[in-house]
Amino acid sequence: MGVIHVTDRAGQRHTLEAVEGWRVMEIIRDWGLPIEGLCGGACECATCHVFVAEEWLDKLYPPGEEEEDQLDTVVTKPNSRLSCQIIWTPHLDGLEVTLAPTGS
Amino acid sequence: MTDHIETDVVIIGAGPVGLFAVFELGLLDIKCHLIDILPKVGGQCAELYPEKPIYDIPGFPVVTGQGLVDNLMAQIEPFHPTFHLNEMVESLESIGTPEAPLFRVKTSENGTTFVCKSVIIAAGGGSFQPKKPPIEHIEAYEGTGVFYAVRKMEMFRNKKILIVGGGDSALDWTVNLQPIAQRLTLLHRRDAFRAAPHTVEKMRSLVATGEMDLHLGQVGSLVGDAPILKGAVIRKDDGSEFTVDCDVMLPFFGLTMKLGPIADWGLNLHENLIPVDTEKFETSVPGIFAIGDINTYPGKLKLILSGFHEGALAAQKVHRYVYPEKKLLFQYTTSSTSLQKKLGVAA
Repeated sequence: MGVIHVTDRAGQRHTLEAVEGWRVMEIIRDWGLPIEGLCGGACECATCHVFVAEEWLDKLYPPGEEEEDQLDTVVTKPNSRLSCQIIWTPHLDGLEVTLAPTGS
Repeated sequence: MTDHIETDVVIIGAGPVGLFAVFELGLLDIKCHLIDILPKVGGQCAELYPEKPIYDIPGFPVVTGQGLVDNLMAQIEPFHPTFHLNEMVESLESIGTPEAPLFRVKTSENGTTFVCKSVIIAAGGGSFQPKKPPIEHIEAYEGTGVFYAVRKMEMFRNKKILIVGGGDSALDWTVNLQPIAQRLTLLHRRDAFRAAPHTVEKMRSLVATGEMDLHLGQVGSLVGDAPILKGAVIRKDDGSEFTVDCDVMLPFFGLTMKLGPIADWGLNLHENLIPVDTEKFETSVPGIFAIGDINTYPGKLKLILSGFHEGALAAQKVHRYVYPEKKLLFQYTTSSTSLQKKLGVAA
């Protein structure tokens, strides 16, 4: 058991109970925060783009080639990740992410 | 020129669920036309994940997105559906009565008009449209300084062009527009490109000879007197910024899905989904059905197999609208000679 902290696009921070083995995108989606996740976690749409707090970046598996390709299709920052490619485990208890803006 | 087509059913969306609906309708002698905004059939399966394996299609331990689409196309071949690709449905108008529904459907691109007895919306997440980057005030320049597609190359002659992206579209337009541009700059987030190798090589040689510029970074903001674009502020990974002069910016960030005109069809949307009943998958408007990812009802699961089931049940009700005087006999393809004849497999 543990939590993740998600800051939405209005700047409000939410603490969500996390489930081991779930993708961070799935945790955010199931708690009803506005994350699109169009392709359902197949790393094919980049609509689950988040910014990961600096101190957490090194604790994540680095992005694979497929994730890098998808990050090419959004406006990124150095701490950009796709939340469907982060599988939650207890060592990510307290993970801090911010939902990236989406175009109109 | 405006085409006018009369048919039994118009299916909006040619993804897997729309395609299988053709099969279920075809068994009931109902003819259909399918409309899709993409230049190809298959919807998300073909556009987003053609090479990805799918493991939960009944009877297929594993099939790729494109493999499923190819099989569905083979399965519906006996019914000769007509496809209208590269077209978006702009309006859907009811011109009948609840007892005898009749609809007028109009598309935008070629202005085709359809008159039909039922409409099946199988539009998934909506229509595929270019992904617009979240850059402040970008809308103010759309159509004058910002373009998401190139329709006429001549529009860009002697312009200072900024192309953003690292895929095939970005690279193809870079090498195609460079000869007619006053100056062309390509901007991408990293020094790796997901495009045809010979196009990437061509771009690299143009950079090496000083005929164009390549920068790594992101567009931070736009500069200009809207709607006249003058430049873009580029933000590099180290946080530093610089400005590129440009008259036009072409962001090529791939496609995403937007609900689009469906929102205006009076279907009592709930969180961008169309509520339906679970007996006929009919919407609040008699004669308009919604199947697949675009509908919602208690217990809904966004699975392809759910969409197949929904299409089969919707077809039963569509039959009542198309053939009000005929009694529908429930039959199996394994045993019915009449169904087998329709499939072209009767002995």
